[in-house]
Amino acid sequence: QVALLDIDICGPSIPKMMGLEGEQVHQSGSGWSPVYVEENLGVMSVGFLLSSPDDAVIWRGPKKNGLIKQFLRDVDWGEVDYLIVDTPPGTSDEHLSIVQYLSATHIDGAVIITTPQEVSLQDVRKEINFCQKVKLPIIGVVENMSGFICPKCKNESQIFPPTTGGAEKMCQNLNVCLLGKVPLDPQIGKSCDKGQSFLSEAPESPATSSYRNIIQRIQEYCDQRHSHEEKII
Amino acid sequence: LLSFLPERSNLAGVRHILLVLSGKGGVGKSTISTELALSLRRSGKKVGILDVDLCGPSIPRMFRVQGSDVHQCDSGWVPVFVDQEKSISLMSIGFLLEKPDDAVVWRGPKKNALIKQFVADVAWGDLDFLIVDTPPGTSDEHISTVEALRPYKPLGAILVTTPQAVSVGDVRRELTFCKKTGLQVLGIVENMSGFVCPHCSECTNIFSKGGGEELAKHAGVPFLGCVPLDPQLSQSLEEGRDFIQEFPKSSAFPALASIAQQILDGTSQRSS
Repeated sequence: QVALLDIDICGPSIPKMMGLEGEQVHQSGSGWSPVYVEENLGVMSVGFLLSSPDDAVIWRGPKKNGLIKQFLRDVDWGEVDYLIVDTPPGTSDEHLSIVQYLSATHIDGAVIITTPQEVSLQDVRKEINFCQKVKLPIIGVVENMSGFICPKCKNESQIFPPTTGGAEKMCQNLNVCLLGKVPLDPQIGKSCDKGQSFLSEAPESPATSSYRNIIQRIQEYCDQRHSHEEKII
Repeated sequence: LLSFLPERSNLAGVRHILLVLSGKGGVGKSTISTELALSLRRSGKKVGILDVDLCGPSIPRMFRVQGSDVHQCDSGWVPVFVDQEKSISLMSIGFLLEKPDDAVVWRGPKKNALIKQFVADVAWGDLDFLIVDTPPGTSDEHISTVEALRPYKPLGAILVTTPQAVSVGDVRRELTFCKKTGLQVLGIVENMSGFVCPHCSECTNIFSKGGGEELAKHAGVPFLGCVPLDPQLSQSLEEGRDFIQEFPKSSAFPALASIAQQILDGTSQRSS
């Protein structure tokens, strides 16, 4: 049973990617109902609260924090195995608030996404530093857009070159786990734009096996933590 | 205290102010800001870049000046010059951090305070263009920047998107932001638009194609062009090199040069 919470208030992409554009949030006695993609996958995003695709959420920090609190307090998620929280870029209000509001419960950890170039890594080091500052465990780093194989000649191009060693070197230096690398595949963007599951649409893609390996490692990490906590109890 | 008050606003010598915005992260705002500055310099203009991305300041590295210090003068902060000729100057929080890997974990009010200072207290001197590079979104940084710049009548904003719907979906909201805050949209750039394989010249639309152009048409704003994915451009930015000067034959050059030309044409039209 999975819950996907989109706290990118200014740029909510999750509804479109899940094929849920235009859906609205319903209220019931027990609170806000998530929008379900499948019986076991519920989604919440500010996107569902906006009436037009042109509507902008031009809010300062405190108002954004208020909505995030509501998402956590008022949404009737039910019994959930995994709550995944998608965040905007940065180390600001949304990030501080989500960690703060979830501090009463436990957060297994954070998965940090980067692309291979230094321009991205220099910001990701800050994100890692943020996690350390707020004592958020880091499950690991994913290197996205890691190489492109031309569909015609099958040669590889490094469109975003890892001039300083990519995520691999950074993870070594910072003693953080590299969960995996995902290559560029035009089908990924297409599936997201159409709101379809890339993993189902392109099961043979190298990107699919990358994603699956990464997801497996995340699950293993969470299972380990869970059984470790049970042992303590 | 009185001796620290500038006699003249620090933006009085700046002829044109333009913002580079996007609803979406990672689409290439800082890249476009950097290449626009380099192109305008090539046309003989003096350019400043104000980097108001406080959490992820990319501009210093793109000019290979990431280790520089910021000094003070009578009228405020001296911007960092990237060359001896002082044709491009920069201001970014990146220069103010003791340790470059330290996260700036600030809530809105603290960010707003620094942005106000950045707008008022940098001694730019005389500039033809001040480019303001922003983080993604429509929040504190954007509201504060537009409010602080309002008295100086910015020229407008360039919006950057990648071709796919997921990016365009956020940039539509950025257009609304511009409308609501009275910021003129100078045009939309469709970045990462196609990739030409250097081995066989096959073009693949990795991030789809056409979304930016369609959005410009739908919204009735100018379309400034498609910039393709270009590994030489990425490499150039990594090394803080002048792509415009050094790689005029590279695939992204024509589009980037054209964007700058359209901005220049727009400003000369304005003055006449």
